[in-house]
Amino acid sequence: MKFAVIVFPGSNCDRDMYHAVKDSLGEEAELVWYENADLSGFDAILLPGGFSYGDYLRSGAIAATSTIVNQIKQKASEGTPVLGVCNGFQVLLESGLLPGAMLRNKKLKFMCRQEELVVENNQTQFTTSYGEKEAIILPIAHGEGNYYCDEGVLADLEANRQIVFRYADNPNGSVGDIAGIINKQGNVLGMMPHPERATEAVLGSADGLKLFESVVNHWREAYVAGV
Amino acid sequence: MKTVKIFITLKQGVLDPQGKAVQESLHKLGFPEVKGARVGKYMELQLDSQRDIDRQIEEMCSKLLANPVIEDYQYTIEEGAVQ
Repeated sequence: MKFAVIVFPGSNCDRDMYHAVKDSLGEEAELVWYENADLSGFDAILLPGGFSYGDYLRSGAIAATSTIVNQIKQKASEGTPVLGVCNGFQVLLESGLLPGAMLRNKKLKFMCRQEELVVENNQTQFTTSYGEKEAIILPIAHGEGNYYCDEGVLADLEANRQIVFRYADNPNGSVGDIAGIINKQGNVLGMMPHPERATEAVLGSADGLKLFESVVNHWREAYVAGV
Repeated sequence: MKTVKIFITLKQGVLDPQGKAVQESLHKLGFPEVKGARVGKYMELQLDSQRDIDRQIEEMCSKLLANPVIEDYQYTIEEGAVQ
């Protein structure tokens, strides 16, 4: 399976993402610069964390206007799995691929630490390797991870089981303790915690690896004959 | 040439942690009369346009300058460029 890691000016978790896929997971990965990119040969798209365009205007807002986002939208509509982590999640929100928006953390602090999450939906293609309501540890590192949506959108997210991860102890003020949400079609996941930074025990947690394994398992079942 | 002054604020009902911190700091500085503070953004655009300028600005705001999920915007249009 071949993963594209999209690199914007200011991305800084791109190599972590690349390492997670290439070395921890053992699948193909390529760093793809956002300009003049061709995503046609890739089976999955990863939007890494960082500070694209220096977080100017709003986190992810400028990156969301780049032409590669049109390709990502096209691939997403065709069913390609898309994962946005941290700034990648912000880009997915700003581009309209996922509903809602990010606000500054409630206490205005940039928070960088391990955080306990609950896997709320283990029936998505990103989470089948997790148990139902499994408690996992992933690192967070953000100043604007306070997820916001209005009550109508929140009710929709709940009703459609689009809330995939919740914080056990909400660190940033997100509505519904939301740490990660998926689109209705079930192939675009955005999350503030960093699964790519938790793929080996030596990193403090290997709980993120199951997310990538889930994606590969789903892809093999769908596209590789005889599995 | 026209100068467009755009004010972007968080919607009412959306928690503004920066505004809250500013308000608390003003209280500490001896301004207990401050009963609310909201922090927003101010932008100036210089436009050389013959087209429907209101429509253009609305489009710019909804596509990029403001995020309609959390922000409201208002603007004024003035003749001439700001130096």
